Amino acid sequence: MTMETKKLKKVDIIFENIPGLSYSILEKTIKRNPDDIILDLIDSGLKGRGGAGFPTGLKWKFTKNEDNPVKYVICNADEGEPGTFKDREIIERVPDKILTGIAICGYVIGAKEGYIYLRGEYNFLLKNLVKRVEEFNAFLKKIHLDFKVMIRSGSGAYVCGEESALFESMEGYRGEPRNKPPYPTVAGYNWKPTVINNVETLVFATMICHMGPEKFKKLGTTDSRGSKVFSVSGDTPIPGIYELELGMPLHRFVEEFGDGDTKAVQIGGASGFCVTRKKFNDTIIGFEGIPTGGSMMIFNSSRSMYNILHDYLEFFCEESCGQCTPCRIGCQQLLKGIEAVKRGERPPSYLEELKKLTATMKIASKCGLGQSVGNPFNSIVDNFREEIIY
Amino acid sequence: MSKYMVNLKINNMPVSVEEGTTILEAARQLNFKIPTLCNHPDLTVAGNCRVCVVEVKGARQLSAACATPVSEGMEVFTNSEQVRTSRKHIIELLLSEHNSDCTKCQKNGSCELQSLAFEYRVGDHVLMSLLKPEDLIPDISSPSIVKDNSKCIHCQRCVRTCAELQGVSALGVAFKGNHQSISTFLNKPLNEVVCTNCGQCINRCPTGALTERNNIEDVWNALYDPNKFVVVQTAPAVRIALGEELGLEPGHRVTGKMVASLRKIGFNKVLDTDFSADLTIMEEGFELLNRLRKVLVEKDETVKLPMMTSCSPGWIKFIEHIFPNLNDHLSTCKSPQQMFGAVAKTYYADKVNVKAQDMVVVSIMPCTAKKFECDRPEMRSSGFKDVDYVLTTRELGLMIRQAGIDFASLEPEGYDSILGESTGAAVIFGATGGVMEAALRTAYEVVTGREVPFTNLDIKPVRGMEGVKEASIKIKNVKPEFAHLEGVELNVAVAHGLANARKVMESVQNGTSNYHFIEIMACPGGCLGGGGQPIPTSKEIRDKRAEAIYEEDLNMPIRKSHENPDVVAIYEEFLGEPNGHKSHDLLHTHYKVRNRY
Ligand SMILES: Cc1cc2nc3c(=O)[nH]c(=O)nc-3n(C[C@H](O)[C@H](O)[C@H](O)COP(=O)(O)O)c2cc1C
Ligand code: SF4
Ligand code: SF4
Ligand code: SF4
Ligand code: SF4
Ligand code: FES
Repeated sequence: MTMETKKLKKVDIIFENIPGLSYSILEKTIKRNPDDIILDLIDSGLKGRGGAGFPTGLKWKFTKNEDNPVKYVICNADEGEPGTFKDREIIERVPDKILTGIAICGYVIGAKEGYIYLRGEYNFLLKNLVKRVEEFNAFLKKIHLDFKVMIRSGSGAYVCGEESALFESMEGYRGEPRNKPPYPTVAGYNWKPTVINNVETLVFATMICHMGPEKFKKLGTTDSRGSKVFSVSGDTPIPGIYELELGMPLHRFVEEFGDGDTKAVQIGGASGFCVTRKKFNDTIIGFEGIPTGGSMMIFNSSRSMYNILHDYLEFFCEESCGQCTPCRIGCQQLLKGIEAVKRGERPPSYLEELKKLTATMKIASKCGLGQSVGNPFNSIVDNFREEIIY
Repeated sequence: MSKYMVNLKINNMPVSVEEGTTILEAARQLNFKIPTLCNHPDLTVAGNCRVCVVEVKGARQLSAACATPVSEGMEVFTNSEQVRTSRKHIIELLLSEHNSDCTKCQKNGSCELQSLAFEYRVGDHVLMSLLKPEDLIPDISSPSIVKDNSKCIHCQRCVRTCAELQGVSALGVAFKGNHQSISTFLNKPLNEVVCTNCGQCINRCPTGALTERNNIEDVWNALYDPNKFVVVQTAPAVRIALGEELGLEPGHRVTGKMVASLRKIGFNKVLDTDFSADLTIMEEGFELLNRLRKVLVEKDETVKLPMMTSCSPGWIKFIEHIFPNLNDHLSTCKSPQQMFGAVAKTYYADKVNVKAQDMVVVSIMPCTAKKFECDRPEMRSSGFKDVDYVLTTRELGLMIRQAGIDFASLEPEGYDSILGESTGAAVIFGATGGVMEAALRTAYEVVTGREVPFTNLDIKPVRGMEGVKEASIKIKNVKPEFAHLEGVELNVAVAHGLANARKVMESVQNGTSNYHFIEIMACPGGCLGGGGQPIPTSKEIRDKRAEAIYEEDLNMPIRKSHENPDVVAIYEEFLGEPNGHKSHDLLHTHYKVRNRY
């Protein structure tokens, strides 16, 4: 096995901000054949930046192929994953690029309405965003594109970032994930074919239409094309937002962002994986290694991994929608379980029982939330067993 | 569009099913049982308990069999190691937040969670207890329903029942994660919210989290009291369902055995609500004719049409909450249960020479809302509580067992006289459309002097399980005193299940319908599907009960209410005429305006 060992490379595709650029990309793109745009996206290898990493071109293609007069485009700006704050920055700095991506998608799949589902806590962004949306809609009118963008606000539930819970929330119901199938491309918002993409994915779609798939493809690896915006936090002297080429090994990342005493990195937020120092060298950040929606939390040796896991589990206990058994009760059992082991009320071997439970949660939970609680649990318990027990 | 067939394998056995079939249904065709909890045949799919998960070859996750449609070439395994491990885990998880005091639980022996735990022998207490102390105090505020959160598995069957079948949404899901709970508006007690007491949620709750308020001990105490004369009335729909509580298949008529067991239990007189159902038809039929005259001839604008039936107390509370502006459309007739009580403690008490204060009237009802109804302050026209206690069909089943009666071997017996006489018209009160049919049989004959123009008196258009049924009858060749009705096309509608009632009420409210008379029953299928009836319930079971009801009707020597000899007698000896002065005192009532929250 040969591993592509990338250097850490900073990139500037997302935030590059040339006045009027987005509008001109839109005008240019909607003169093209929708199928060609899809081919470019597929060719580019762009995968969703919201976490699940589904190929964006395919998602658009499936939705386009649905025979339905009503379709929707939704921009998922719920950004609830702990440690992720890059969509906020994108919305603040380059909203037109997002709007352009939404409109291009609408043009491609044959939708007339697009929505931005904005995280409740981001309502302070609304004022500016509303203004930009109004201007954008006026521009769409001017260029005779039958499309309109609207904004919907969430109310602070993490699970509403899950696409089907997001649709329920937009429709005015409790944000509870739906059964799948049907998938959003067939039955999404209002049970109509829907493309739902992360903020960043849509900006990349815009930029691929601008620069062509070739240039995008040059970045990254076979499995992880392009670059990605990372939210770097924790024990780092330089926390913030960075666009980096995908496919770098974790040790390069730690060299750049760590404080010299990094003991672990939590990749992908609370629902992601914890990687310890001894695995920094052979961990790739990307779909072939550990994928991330952007969150990179760095911990140095002063941190208690028990406390970190405890925090994550508390988060999931509260943020589970509560409808399904493995997740609602499983999360609570994991939390109570590590507390009991810590207090000596259960033997250390109880951790093995709990790990078996996470296996059930992974395969039997209804949505990605419950399915991924085992990620942090197992990676922290396996790597920091002593810290959990003593 | 015709459906095409999908081929798949379940546990290596091939099966071919219609497109859109779920894995669960396909497995049933092969007689593989997959356990379920949140799934119910009357409700939309939830897919939240996850106990039905199965392995689909090639899939990363297990699939909920109840919520996953089959696809071509699918290979499903219902008992693989992964599946069994997950299933056991799920049951263990449910039990870890459950108050498993089965021996003291109303649902002991008929609980879906209990039988799953039994099948999987989940005995080792590995997991931590998550039982919340605050859940240990049940809500007993409602006279009909007990809600015990410590028994709740969050399957949302009640929530879907209340929303989808009843259109009430008294129960909902509150909060998320570890605080998620099945709750009322602002977690108020059930007697302070829009709950109609219909009990449909009880019928679909898989556990002991929702049960009826049990009045069995009250009734035993009355029976043991030597100074009390205890009479019992049995509603039409009880006799065709009670058998299910005692080991019989749905659809058995057990009228005679039921009467025999009530006598064995020790009731002084075993009487029939059918009598007062016939009485209701007289009162309600004449009320309708009066309203038609007042509206059509006298142009009296204070009198409202369409007139709506008032025998279903869940429906009454519903309209009082949701459409109180339509209260004047309700027939002022009390329900048969309450008419019976009022007559029992007056007319009948005199006949049997018992003082009203010494008489205890017990009703056996298919209904939980009747428990609420008998407590209403309007229901004391005899000067006492007209009906003292209401037992559901389920509670009677339990009493029979407690009394050690071998139901199967009982010889059928007849009701006591008087107030034990029944007609086919009264029997069909138990099915949706029955009151309408009974009313038309009588009213048409009163107006024209002829029987209703339907073969065998069977008014088929108002029968059946469609949610809203409509019919019209042209009134021709009337008797001279009803000349104003000559040629009138009488439009009627029948709805069952409050979600359907809501649709009809909306059409009345926006004036898009032109009905004269509407029958509404709160429960799906009418009383035969009542909230006090045996569990489980499903369309098939309700269909069988309906068949039994119409059989009973067909077998009755008298099939029209106005021919019931007890009814004829009570008008001659006591009431005078329908809608007369005495009737108004005893048999009619009025309604309240209630808030939504
Ligand atoms: C619990 C949960 C929360 C999620 N939150 C978000 C979110 O905040 N933003 C987001 O883009 N995707 C989120 N997702 C992923 C979405 O369901 C969906 O996959 C994504 O929006 C698709 O966009 P993409 O293909 O562009 O990544 C979440 C998924 C789960 C299971
Ligand atoms: S896994 Fe958790 S968040 Fe997802 S549906 Fe189940 S309870 Fe809700
Ligand atoms: S609800 Fe079922 S499992 Fe729970 S205590 Fe009652 S009978 Fe037992
Ligand atoms: S009794 Fe009827 S109205 Fe009340 S909560 Fe249950 S289903 Fe809803
Ligand atoms: S009360 Fe019963 S039906 Fe309702 S969620 Fe709880 S267990 Fe399910
Ligand atoms: S029965 Fe299928 S998830 Fe509950």
